[in-house]
Amino acid sequence: MSPIVLAQDPSLADFGQDPWWLVLIKILFAFVFAVLATLLGVWFERRVVARMAVRPGPNQVGPFGLLQTLADGLKMAFKEDILPKSADKVVYFFAPVISVVCAVTALSVIPFGPMVSIFGHQTPLQVTDVPVAVLVVLAFSSLAVYGIVLGGWASGSTYPVLGGLRSSAQLISYEVALGLSIVAVFMLSGTMSTSEIVSAQGSGPEVELFGLAVPMPGWYAILLFPSFVIFFISIVGETNRAPFDLPEAESELVAGFMTEYSSLKFALFMLSEYVAMVTMSAFTVTLFLGGWHAPWPITIWEGANSGWWPMLWFFGKVIALVFVFVWLRGTLPRMRYDQFMRLGWKVLIPVNLVYIVGLAGFLKTQGWERTDRLIAYGLVAGVLMLAALFWPSRRPQPKPTVQEQVDSRPHGSFPLPPMDLQVPPSPRTKRVVAEREPANVAAGQDSREV
Amino acid sequence: MTTQTALAASAAVSGGEAVTFWILAPLALLGAFGMVLARNAVHSALWLVLTMLSLGVFYVLQAGPFIGMTQIIVYTGAIMMLFLFVLMLVGRDASDSLIEVLRGQRVAAIGLGIGFAVLLGSGVYRATEGGVPVGLEQANEIGNVHAIGRLLYTDYVFAFELTAALLITATIGGMLLAHLERRKEDKRDQVATMKARFAPGNYPGPKPGPGVFATSSSVATPARLPDGKLSDQSTPDILPLRELTAEETTLKGTER
Repeated sequence: MSPIVLAQDPSLADFGQDPWWLVLIKILFAFVFAVLATLLGVWFERRVVARMAVRPGPNQVGPFGLLQTLADGLKMAFKEDILPKSADKVVYFFAPVISVVCAVTALSVIPFGPMVSIFGHQTPLQVTDVPVAVLVVLAFSSLAVYGIVLGGWASGSTYPVLGGLRSSAQLISYEVALGLSIVAVFMLSGTMSTSEIVSAQGSGPEVELFGLAVPMPGWYAILLFPSFVIFFISIVGETNRAPFDLPEAESELVAGFMTEYSSLKFALFMLSEYVAMVTMSAFTVTLFLGGWHAPWPITIWEGANSGWWPMLWFFGKVIALVFVFVWLRGTLPRMRYDQFMRLGWKVLIPVNLVYIVGLAGFLKTQGWERTDRLIAYGLVAGVLMLAALFWPSRRPQPKPTVQEQVDSRPHGSFPLPPMDLQVPPSPRTKRVVAEREPANVAAGQDSREV
Repeated sequence: MTTQTALAASAAVSGGEAVTFWILAPLALLGAFGMVLARNAVHSALWLVLTMLSLGVFYVLQAGPFIGMTQIIVYTGAIMMLFLFVLMLVGRDASDSLIEVLRGQRVAAIGLGIGFAVLLGSGVYRATEGGVPVGLEQANEIGNVHAIGRLLYTDYVFAFELTAALLITATIGGMLLAHLERRKEDKRDQVATMKARFAPGNYPGPKPGPGVFATSSSVATPARLPDGKLSDQSTPDILPLRELTAEETTLKGTER
């Protein structure tokens, strides 16, 4: 990283200086990005899943079928808007709106790029940033549950309620794992603001490879690989995507919380699902994949991280992650609900907690003397080994043989067939028959009645 | 955010802050009243969500972004969600009944509530009237989040850990009381079931069906075993064993 590039990194002081028209342009851009991402995202998903299933996918409307989603959306808008008789009208109306608003608003703290010049104004390519920007995204994703839960409840029928209940339990569980996996990022970057997390990933340690100084990416996906894995699993659960799409499991709950929805309200739910997928992908890119920073081979070019180019790298990474979402949907079967909950509470959260404690210990001992560090690590390892040594374990009982079990049966038990009776070989396998010993069908030791 | 901290410290209310306050304060009050007045329990919870969200924004406005976001994530996102979870299980038609059990309790409650609100409001107002906030900038010098973290893990670490231990104890207690899980040894697996099936005294084959087609069309008619005895396994346990008399089995003349 050259210092010129680092100067492009916006700091918190660069926000809040924009004139009102620039703020309006940025907000409009984020909104249009969300809607366009949905239009293209649905098309992308259908095409990719189709390719995985060896089908062509939508290819009739527009070039490569690009306008298929637009046509579907228009058709959906003109469909009859059904309000169930037993629905809670106000809540039923507001539920999809809550979903969409939460999904779109979370985009406002995602950094799309570095400082650029727009009509002579130096401004960061990000709507706004606050010291707790990551928490803002978490807050909106936790509010987005209300849309799903209330939609399920207000529909006034059984399947939607079940979908809503599943969803609320799912999101609360996975939000814990999600929040814990971000803690490691906070520990390394020392900040909760998205733009500063991105700039903290800008420079990594340089590694000498064959006499060539290769800058290692400072991406937290590499430095904090376990956190990244847990985070990605959690956001798949958080966005209700396959294989965790239990709130709308079509084989069990028809369409889950949106069974009763139709027309524009249904379209809003669809919109919020895809926007949430894109938002969470962008969030992952920001936290773990270096944000708008160019990946290594491109960084050889000096200007890769300045001007408008970073937006391209950012979109590329987001599209790659969306592809992973689609890929998961195309390959993995849906999980059972209890397995899903067990994965969240009994695997992801404990692993995360242990990992955070270990990482904290590692970071704390970085500044120490070598001997002190070794003593500390040795102490921890010793305690762990002692615990493993004295961990109460049950000695497995030796398994009784079949003969012992037969002998231990009381008199008058139901007669057993001879235990060593071999199945007569099939007449079709002549060669095998010749090699095999004749079947022992004579009454032997074990064939007596006990 | 530094500018916001400075504004909050200087006790001067900026235009944006005033506008936000006067929009959200009525909404917060509306939510509070709606929560008390709503008949439906879920609507009540939703009104409370509105109040909590407004409070979260107030915290951010008062230069406490961390506590504001925590308020939204923890209270609105997790705790109210759990409330809703329970309320949804109760059923959507469960509304408050309008019948007063205690005579005049509603009037008394309204009077006492207003009185309490006036007492509390006037007390807080008198205590903070004309006060100038001091030390906010020093407290937030290293950043709001960092400052809170430092306080929690230095000055208040004992209280913090104690609260954590209390919460963990409560959680584990709740789990122990509510969750019933059989031990692995107590569960009867397939092998044990088969052993019990072939144990002496138990007939391992399928139970004989009732003698439905032999003499009558009643499931209470027992099957007859090869030795002529009646099988008590062929009829449901709650039915008494009895053989039909010849009179009962003769045709009643209704089928013609």
